[in-house]
Amino acid sequence: MFRMLRGQRGGIRVLAGAGVASLAVALAACSSPATTTAASGATTQAKPTGTLVVFAATSLTDAFNQIADQFQAANPGVTVKFNYNGSSSLATQITQGAPADIFASASPTNMKTVTDQSLESTTPKIFAANQGEIMVEAGNPSHVTSLSDLANPALKVVTCAPTVPCGALATQIFENAGVTVKPVSQEQNVGGVVTKVSLGEADAGIVYVTDVKANGNKTAGVPIPANQNATTNYPIAEIKGAPNPTAAAAFMSYVLGPSGQQVLKSFGFLPPSS
Amino acid sequence: MSRQKWRVNPLLAVLAGLAALFFIFPLIGLITGAPWGHITDVITSRTAVQALELSIVASLASTVLALIFGFPLAWLLARGQFPGKGLLRGLTTLPMVLPPVVGGIALLLAYGRRGFIGKPLDSAFGITLPFSLAGVIVAESFVAMPFFVITVESGLRSMNRRLEDAARSLGAARRTVFMRVTLPLIWPSLAAGTVLTWARALGEFGATITFAGNLPGVTQTMPLAIYISQSSNMTDEAIALSLILVVVSLVVMVFRRDRSGAQ
Amino acid sequence: MSAVLDADIQLRLSRLSLDVAFSVAPGEVLALLGPNASGKSTTLRALTGLLPLDGGRVVLDGTVLEDPAQRVKVAPEKRPIALMFQDYLLFPHMSAVENVAFGLRCHGVDKKTAREKALQALTRLDLAEAAESRPGSMSGGQQQRVAMARALVTDPKLLLLDEPLAALDVSVKTTVRRLLRDALRQSRAANILVTHDLVDAVALGDRMIVIEAGAVVQTGTPAEVTARPRSGYVADLTGVNLLRGTGHGTVLDLDDGAQLTCASPAAGPTFAVIAPAAVAVSRQRPEGEGVNTWRGRVSAVDLMGDRVRVRVEGTPAITAEVPPAAVDQLKLDEGGDLWVCLSPAAITTYPQ
Repeated sequence: MFRMLRGQRGGIRVLAGAGVASLAVALAACSSPATTTAASGATTQAKPTGTLVVFAATSLTDAFNQIADQFQAANPGVTVKFNYNGSSSLATQITQGAPADIFASASPTNMKTVTDQSLESTTPKIFAANQGEIMVEAGNPSHVTSLSDLANPALKVVTCAPTVPCGALATQIFENAGVTVKPVSQEQNVGGVVTKVSLGEADAGIVYVTDVKANGNKTAGVPIPANQNATTNYPIAEIKGAPNPTAAAAFMSYVLGPSGQQVLKSFGFLPPSS
Repeated sequence: MSRQKWRVNPLLAVLAGLAALFFIFPLIGLITGAPWGHITDVITSRTAVQALELSIVASLASTVLALIFGFPLAWLLARGQFPGKGLLRGLTTLPMVLPPVVGGIALLLAYGRRGFIGKPLDSAFGITLPFSLAGVIVAESFVAMPFFVITVESGLRSMNRRLEDAARSLGAARRTVFMRVTLPLIWPSLAAGTVLTWARALGEFGATITFAGNLPGVTQTMPLAIYISQSSNMTDEAIALSLILVVVSLVVMVFRRDRSGAQ
Repeated sequence: MSAVLDADIQLRLSRLSLDVAFSVAPGEVLALLGPNASGKSTTLRALTGLLPLDGGRVVLDGTVLEDPAQRVKVAPEKRPIALMFQDYLLFPHMSAVENVAFGLRCHGVDKKTAREKALQALTRLDLAEAAESRPGSMSGGQQQRVAMARALVTDPKLLLLDEPLAALDVSVKTTVRRLLRDALRQSRAANILVTHDLVDAVALGDRMIVIEAGAVVQTGTPAEVTARPRSGYVADLTGVNLLRGTGHGTVLDLDDGAQLTCASPAAGPTFAVIAPAAVAVSRQRPEGEGVNTWRGRVSAVDLMGDRVRVRVEGTPAITAEVPPAAVDQLKLDEGGDLWVCLSPAAITTYPQ
């Protein structure tokens, strides 16, 4: 299940820093999904009940909703409530004291905001990874086949703003491919990119592979070669002082366990990268 | 004229005081949360200067458009008699009720590259509105003009039209009646409408980013810059930029109050 | 004196059908009376040009102002007509002198001259100190005088006054009425005064017209009209009893069935006017010939200053005036039956 992506330049350079170092330790601790149950062994073996509040990045919406359905079916008595938003808004809310049990972020940077304040009760774990893809209008009317096509000034290309995770991804991808692209708009979240391409306002945009999959045949995707693509890791952690630690631990196990990972894969997510 | 000592009902004072604090506290929060250490860097940064320039140009342009096109519409709604007037009024106020992002999407569907107006506009004249300053102005006008129309229509309705009859009976031509009687009488609502429109245009975010997009120096107005900062975990910068916007707005609001109070 | 205004006004509105015709000579004041919604203000609006005519013709000083048949209509601002309104309609954002100068400026007079003339007009009406004040800070009487100055300073050929004194206190009314009378006498304009106050009509009017339900029901000098009212409205205004019937010599068969004996003969459709003071009332049947005697029921007793008016329903219904002492004597406040008696000489008859 663990694919070695050849020639991949590990991770997004922009996110280098202390955060990556601590994550590397976490990665070493859980090289295989099977050991995650041991990590949650420290908590009680009681059945989870009550309400569970999960703060999750927008790109996880469809996948996590399905995971929650399955989790609730396996654990009747638990109700999972989601707060989907941009990861940085979620991080801000948590540092301001919002009552979350779990935080699933679309980038390690936003998780770092939370860990910097020591608000996590367990070490964050990477549970999925995502890569970039070029989204074009259905039918690819502009005949985009590669990243270098996007450098054409006649083409209207849209990316996220460089300072948000999906924008940093685009910047890294363009750097990897050695192309200079001048976008006509830098969206605040990946939803903005999807909207503009879906409505035919932009010819192409850089989004996550999961977004192309989720948008069905409203748009089309042009894959990015492995040696040009960039990966972003999704960390998940329990929050300190959470209202429902039992259910939180169980949910985390579920996400990191085989059922959760299967759901994530079906939505286009990659397993956690090394 | 002597004034009696102004006595106030205690309950009224308490409620009003709470209301005032409700508005003051977040402002205090902004001031205390601002990065005073390096605030000059933020304020003079390229991002801030470009965003402020764009904000001021776009909001002023939208206000002028509101005056030119909104005034006749307000006049029509206040004085016209035609079928469907109520519906027209409802449509004009729709942008006030719609979430701005929905407004932005609606604008794209109409005036975007594939929109039913935008498409012929593009093929015939090569004009595209999204991703340009013109697009920003369109988005801001869409959400702000209704404020102007509603305020001015209300002013037109509440003025005593018989004063216009009196002016005509004294020999005033229609243009004179308008300039020397009608306009001075509706001046307060005209001024209020203009300020309200400008303020709404200045603070507009959802429709702008959806319709015009976000590109520093081209379409990134202040609210967009602030939101991007916040989304990038640059809360410091977001707060500093917010303060700039607050100061600009306060100056205009306070200045306007002063003048009409002195009348 | 040849008329300066010849008006024949036909208008159809949703609630009123107006059809009136009259003439006014220069310097003359024509008083227009009538109940509410009878068409008085509508007539004025039509003369101003704010309401287009459906039929008829308006000619002022030889110029045709409006003639629907010939498709002629002069715009309101081009008519040499000025108005005074019950609610003054002074421009609240202008000072008194600016208000008065407004009409002159509209006619092309330069700012300086207009201001001088305006000040003169205000001074003549004793308003020099208030010249720079805004209407909002003036009393009702002052405002009406400013309105007067504003209307007269443009030297109009026709002056229309729409209940100009109605909003004033009684004490102020007398003074302003006098000022108005002097001003109207001095101007050479034709004047039409709409009022519901008979005192105004009598004090200011040279001639009177009574309009009811859009039609003229009576014209004449104030004296003629009040002496011989031809409508219940005027009768109420002048405070007399007005009955309608058919005359057969000295016997008058009233429309409601009763019969009265009059001193002078009448023939055909006849009006009968009886002063309330000439009506005698008593609790017992009066002695005597028995003519003009009937029994009715007291329906209202109104104390009006030092007079008391008693309304007696019956055939016919009539209003009597009695001294206040009679209220106690006859115990009128208890209502009940009352005998009414008139002498034939108290009845004035004239043809309808």
